[in-house]
Amino acid sequence: MSTAAIAHPKSFWREYVFSTDHKTIAKQYLSTGIFMALVGGLLAYVMRMQLAYPGQAIPGYGTIDPQSYNAVVTMHGTIMIFWVAMPILLAAFGNFLIPLMIGAADMAFPRLNMLSYWIFFLSTVVLLASFFVPGGAAAGGWTSYPPLSGSAAYSGGQWGVTLWLLAVAMEFAAFLMGGINFITTAINNRAPGMKLFDMPLMVWMQLGASIIFLFSVGPLIAGAVMLILDRVAATGFYNPATGGDPILFQHLFWFFGHPEVYVILLPGFGAVAEVLPVFSRKPFFGYRMMVYATIITGVLSFIVWAHHQFIAGIDPRLATAFSITTILISVPIAVMTFAFIATLYKGSIELKTPMLFALGTLVVFLLGGVTGIHLGTAATDIYLHDTYFVVAHFHYTLIPPVFFGFFAAWYYWFPKMFGRMLNEGLGKAHFWLTFIFMHVTFIPMFLLGFGGHHRRISNPQFFEAMQGPEAERLQIIATAGAIGILLSQIPFVVNSVLSLLRGAKAPANPWQANTLEWTVPSPPPHGNFETVPQVYRGPYEYSVPDRVDDWFPQDAKV
Amino acid sequence: MAEYPRAEHILNESTEVPTGRLGIWWFLASEVVIFGGLIATYVLFRWQHPEWAAEASHTLNFAGALNTMVLLTSSLTVVLAHAAITEGKFQLAARNLGFTLLGGAIFMGVKAYEYSHEIAAGFVPARSLFWSFYYTMTGLHALHVLGGMIAIATVLVAVRKGHAPQRVEYVGLYWHFVDIVWIFLFPLLYLAS
Ligand code: HEM
Repeated sequence: MSTAAIAHPKSFWREYVFSTDHKTIAKQYLSTGIFMALVGGLLAYVMRMQLAYPGQAIPGYGTIDPQSYNAVVTMHGTIMIFWVAMPILLAAFGNFLIPLMIGAADMAFPRLNMLSYWIFFLSTVVLLASFFVPGGAAAGGWTSYPPLSGSAAYSGGQWGVTLWLLAVAMEFAAFLMGGINFITTAINNRAPGMKLFDMPLMVWMQLGASIIFLFSVGPLIAGAVMLILDRVAATGFYNPATGGDPILFQHLFWFFGHPEVYVILLPGFGAVAEVLPVFSRKPFFGYRMMVYATIITGVLSFIVWAHHQFIAGIDPRLATAFSITTILISVPIAVMTFAFIATLYKGSIELKTPMLFALGTLVVFLLGGVTGIHLGTAATDIYLHDTYFVVAHFHYTLIPPVFFGFFAAWYYWFPKMFGRMLNEGLGKAHFWLTFIFMHVTFIPMFLLGFGGHHRRISNPQFFEAMQGPEAERLQIIATAGAIGILLSQIPFVVNSVLSLLRGAKAPANPWQANTLEWTVPSPPPHGNFETVPQVYRGPYEYSVPDRVDDWFPQDAKV
Repeated sequence: MAEYPRAEHILNESTEVPTGRLGIWWFLASEVVIFGGLIATYVLFRWQHPEWAAEASHTLNFAGALNTMVLLTSSLTVVLAHAAITEGKFQLAARNLGFTLLGGAIFMGVKAYEYSHEIAAGFVPARSLFWSFYYTMTGLHALHVLGGMIAIATVLVAVRKGHAPQRVEYVGLYWHFVDIVWIFLFPLLYLAS
């Protein structure tokens, strides 16, 4: 580590563009992620309009043919997972919070950090460019299964999938660099006195997510290389005609893909874990239990992958084994949920906006988790597989961390990031509108799924079961809900822009919280801490008896 | 915005392991799963295809053996470089890194000879799944050799000027990793015929 890497930047370029400051890099990831969320959201709007009014011109888009619909589904899923959830939850908040929460001046490898963002930026450009190549964007689903994705003849054109693979590979490289940085920093650059079990849960969750990502993504990188070669060098790894095996890709994909779900979930839960104690003025219930549950989740997440392949022709004995591990993983997740609820018990709960979003995360995730039981059991999954029941289920599990977890983090750390307070009234309106429209959108999808509506089909009316007025009504309700979700983001945008421009100046510790990021000015200066903090206690000592203040900062002596 | 002097504790090493070494180990862990996934896939296929033995007999065992020796020797010189740097002998370390670079270059040269020889004989990647695996695995490995050579060259330049002694260890660890991967690839692709 050289001094130069964290010395104060001089020029505009070094300060705002090619910056090595973890806080600037966090904001770069954040703004790219929010922009991509807009793209992903508009694609969702296009899909929903087509499903409710098949074949009619979509305002702002026009009519959509089946091939383009497939591309829209694929890009929506890809963008939401890899270009929204990961950059925002992991890269933006991990970068911003890890050094501040552990009392470090920056990441362990600031230049690697900068490189990681710019590779990510490049991957974003490549992905967006793939919309405009001949044949259109990739259309094989975000899972990109061969043989669909393996040959240009099936996937629209030569360019779409190849660019998609290239973009995803670069994105993985960026997050590997970021992950190595996160892990090393959290393990090695803690302030004096901060033991591993004094780290805020957010840091634990970021650490867990980074380690899970690092150990799961390798086989998929290998798998992606093989898929690229199948497309451009006429090899036959996934082609049965040459002795290859398409199911191989499913194994490699889901060996990564399922742990990836936890890579997204954990940072979202981390934000919830920080918000709940502060707004109930109580210590976190079962801090160590929470850490152990995170570790167990991480380990189990590596042995559940084949539950995505129950109907792909895997050995039924294998299916039973994976059913068991799948149901088993709900145990540590349930432990986390109970720890959250127990933290609230008898607390003096204050329903500020961050708290509302944190509670929203729990409520929505509970519904997602419960519907997962139907899918984790091989017998029921055989009926429900690839229906809108699955679509509704994974949105109920992904939207809690990606939407609600992100917004909990946004409303909670915005004062620290930008030095301004957000408006509470607009924040609450944002929460309630989003929360209500979320159910309006996705509950009809559960019902449609039971009714037999297949996912990734451009026109539901191809199927007899979807032709009646009842199914049509549900489609229209879901579409209205989706538009509602998009419009509900207006208060968020207005609130953020107005607060950035004219919000009240934020004090260092507006929420009277304990963790180290609240001991420095808002926003924190370059280098973060004036003097190296000394840590004396864990992060959640609220309402300690015999103390005047009901909070007890980690670095406060006695 | 207030400007603080650089907080010294960025160098705080909670575990007493140098941060760079820790970073390298985690980096290698991520590489292990990439090659691990590829090798595991190959082994599972190979199990089901005993007839690949005939294909594997067309690989050039002598070239593979030569390359194994070259790579092992270059690992030795990187160890010598590390030993020299711990005694503060920067120039000796640089010379040994130079030998390692030379080893890498020979390895790549032999590999290029093999590829051209095989392709000329009609053993192209698309010929059969065995050859697809052969080119993918050795190709990915060769890319890593190349990356390692670039890293070593950078460190060599710094070390000659008397800078960055700790980096000799880091590139050394990486070079050992590249070496170990080859130790797996050589028997799996060349010898098991
Ligand atoms: C505004 C809210 C959203 C709406 C209305 C929405 C709507 C949809 C619809 C209708 C589909 C299925 C299309 C089909 O199978 O025909 C879908 C697929 C998908 N969505 Fe969303 N979505 C939203 C937000 C999100 C978020 C936040 C995420 C994840 C972080 C996400 C991830 C996915 C994924 C992974 C797929 C699967 C893509 C595929 O089948 O390849 N969505 N979405």
